[in-house]
Amino acid sequence: MSVAEDQTSRSAERAPAGKVTRDNVLSLRGLTKAYERGKPVISDISLDFPARGVVAIIGPSGTGKSTLIRCINRLVEPTSGQVLLGGTDLTKLRGAGLRAARREIGMVFQEYNLVERLSVIENLLCGRLGYVPLWRVWMRRYPDEDIAHAFALLERVGLADFATRRADALSGGQRQRVGIARAVMQSPRLLLADEPTSSLDPRTSVEIMELMRDMAAERDIPVIINIHDVALARRFASRIVGMSGGSVVYDGPPEGLNDDHLTQIYGRSETGGWIG
Amino acid sequence: MNKRQAELDQIRAVAFAPDWRMRAVWLGFVAYVIYATGQLNFTWERFVVGLDRGATFLGRMFPPEFKRWELLAEGLLESLQIAIISSAVGILLSLPIGLLAARNLMPVAVTVPARAFIALARSFHPIIIAIIFVKAIGFGPLAGILALIFASIGFVAKLFAEAIEEISLKQVEAVRATGASFMGVVIMGVLPQVFSRFIGFATYQLDSNLRQSTMVGIVGGGGIGGTLFSAFRRFDYDFVCAILISIIAMIMIGELIASWLRKTFQ
Repeated sequence: MSVAEDQTSRSAERAPAGKVTRDNVLSLRGLTKAYERGKPVISDISLDFPARGVVAIIGPSGTGKSTLIRCINRLVEPTSGQVLLGGTDLTKLRGAGLRAARREIGMVFQEYNLVERLSVIENLLCGRLGYVPLWRVWMRRYPDEDIAHAFALLERVGLADFATRRADALSGGQRQRVGIARAVMQSPRLLLADEPTSSLDPRTSVEIMELMRDMAAERDIPVIINIHDVALARRFASRIVGMSGGSVVYDGPPEGLNDDHLTQIYGRSETGGWIG
Repeated sequence: MNKRQAELDQIRAVAFAPDWRMRAVWLGFVAYVIYATGQLNFTWERFVVGLDRGATFLGRMFPPEFKRWELLAEGLLESLQIAIISSAVGILLSLPIGLLAARNLMPVAVTVPARAFIALARSFHPIIIAIIFVKAIGFGPLAGILALIFASIGFVAKLFAEAIEEISLKQVEAVRATGASFMGVVIMGVLPQVFSRFIGFATYQLDSNLRQSTMVGIVGGGGIGGTLFSAFRRFDYDFVCAILISIIAMIMIGELIASWLRKTFQ
């Protein structure tokens, strides 16, 4: 816990803890999730995310990173605590209100999670499902501006030539590009990414991280990335949140992350040192 | 080391142990077949008498008689209509019922009644359902159509529900994350994953309904079956032969169309 306390002064410059300011797009307050009663996967997490920048959440697998990120858009139902998106508590929303909040949060997945039997362009247009009326979806009659936007985004991620291919015909890196484009199609206020590079080779991983960082910067939206790869986190994130055992044990800039922190997050490394 | 070897031997003995229970089941099955054959008085003499009658029957069937082709065509057309209408309605109804029965998308309170309905539709042979409908609403093709709609739901809805239960929920999760409504998730996240299989079930059911539609007439449900049954009763075996040949032709054409449909949609 001392590590987290060390960093409070640093994060205080960014946003005063405990207060929701207009600068923060997203604030978590006391967020707890227990799949089994009395065994919380994440417990009492309070974090603030400012309106821009890449935040990497690092930690070993099974430490609740995925649960945390899914509690934000309520793919997982938090047990207690608040998720404040622009001041609205998402944990109180239901039905149409929840869906309206979800469409403002784009999400990128570890295994891309494209609808494999749909074409690439149709996968992108899935990002508009929160906006477009159902009959248009059923008839595949999307508004012209959405289609134009989708093609522009595909061109941006370098896949315009693949628009009519089926998603399962693409390589892993290409699929993740489509996944990012689909998330951005939602015109989100915030991007979430759950281990977006874990299924990719090292070179493609770097390209995907660059693409996510750049596209978020172009749209002036923040990104929260779950990632276990410390080197990638250091390279792309402006802030790192270290999690261990369901709690935040480090919150600060990448430069502040040292071997002691990493040992606390991941346990003792067998080879001795941490090379970031 | 020796102790380990003994343990491994133990595991090995269990891995290929003879299954006495299974052997007993097989033995019982064979014994019952022999017993049942004895019960039903199958004798060689009975078989020879049967062969003799069969020869006379076949002789009277040929040459087939197509002079009453109008009656034949009328019956065939009615069967075809029964098959197509019941397939269209039955398959269409199977979509929502199958969706309601999928345990990975629906709460138990919904899947249990949906599954109970499907089980009911599956529990009777179409002919029994046809008899019930003929008694309930009277002779004619409507009874046959209703019977086959019911049978179609039993088959297609069940397989459709099973196909939905096998989909990748990761794809569904991603569509949910976009803020899509439940129906939006179904249209873009669920249906694309099961559509080609659904086409497979549907064409198979069309094929099956084509065959069943020639049968419902026997119990008064309309179609060529009625014509066939009265031809049998009047001992018009040459006309019977003509009807059988026409049915074979219709089924084969139906099969061609079904396989063409499958290819087109996959």
